[in-house]
Amino acid sequence: MSDQRRATVSMALGVVGAVALYGISFGAVSVAAGLDVWQTQVLSLFMFSGGSQFALIGLIAAGAPGPTAILAAGLLGVRNGLYSIRTAPIVGRGFWKRLVAGQWTIDESTAVALAQPTPELSRLGFWLTGAGIYLGWNAMTLVGALVGDQLGDVRSFGLDAAAAAAFLGLLWPRIQSREPIIIAVVAAVVAVVAIPTLPIGIPVVVAAAIGVVMYFVQHRGRA
Amino acid sequence: MTLWTTILIGSVVVAATKFVGFVLPARFTESPTVQHISDAVTVALLAALVVIQTVGAGAAIFVDARLAAVVVAGVLLWRKVPFILVIIAAAAVAALIRMLGWMA
Repeated sequence: MSDQRRATVSMALGVVGAVALYGISFGAVSVAAGLDVWQTQVLSLFMFSGGSQFALIGLIAAGAPGPTAILAAGLLGVRNGLYSIRTAPIVGRGFWKRLVAGQWTIDESTAVALAQPTPELSRLGFWLTGAGIYLGWNAMTLVGALVGDQLGDVRSFGLDAAAAAAFLGLLWPRIQSREPIIIAVVAAVVAVVAIPTLPIGIPVVVAAAIGVVMYFVQHRGRA
Repeated sequence: MTLWTTILIGSVVVAATKFVGFVLPARFTESPTVQHISDAVTVALLAALVVIQTVGAGAAIFVDARLAAVVVAGVLLWRKVPFILVIIAAAAVAALIRMLGWMA
């Protein structure tokens, strides 16, 4: 194996290991939110996008209506659609290949694929990361859901705080310049005001609208 | 809406979104405006979810061990500590504080 190839494999496996562990937390928090093991597993198999999954179960746990939970999960999944613009050319032709590649188009597989120096290594990085995370995330979701059922209160293990930290971890790489930091701060402040004043679930919808408004405020007269 | 309906519709919506780049014409999907608005919405949503998950308790604000855990997570992220260690540290901080009975 060439050094470059080894570097690609090592990057992919590192990412896979980290995400798989985080899957345990999803499984446990999901059963604590009131979903059964099957419902939890369906989310990891078919929704397969950590941020959207945590948003959906978080809002369900908070008592939000179904459509609000779906809307928040869907809006958080929009970035995957943008990633797919980058991953589609890497994958190439073939219906089944593209079907699987689409489902495996997430933060990590896209990031690893785009970090590679050649198209061939991009392809390797994408498939290795996508396959590894899909298997690892689903296996660990099941472990978390089964263990979580036995644990009782996930709060005593700090898993509710882990979910909050996970959202912060997903947000962090996106707030490395002034404009997104301002958007994040405005959305956070609005959320604090909105939580006790608006119906459950509506604060995230308001936050999404804040994002659109902030885009136009920040790009006023520049387009 | 039953819980199963929410789960299935949510899954279809999120999964279908991943195929945008495989089916839509590039001139729409590669538009900088579309990409920038999507980035802005994602940042705003994630920021709101951090707040809701950290101090939300149904339709009320409730400060407890989660806040301390998220502050620790922020410091670790700033120090470029790997994602998975940040998550574990946050859980450990909240678990420890609750074990000691400092915050609810």
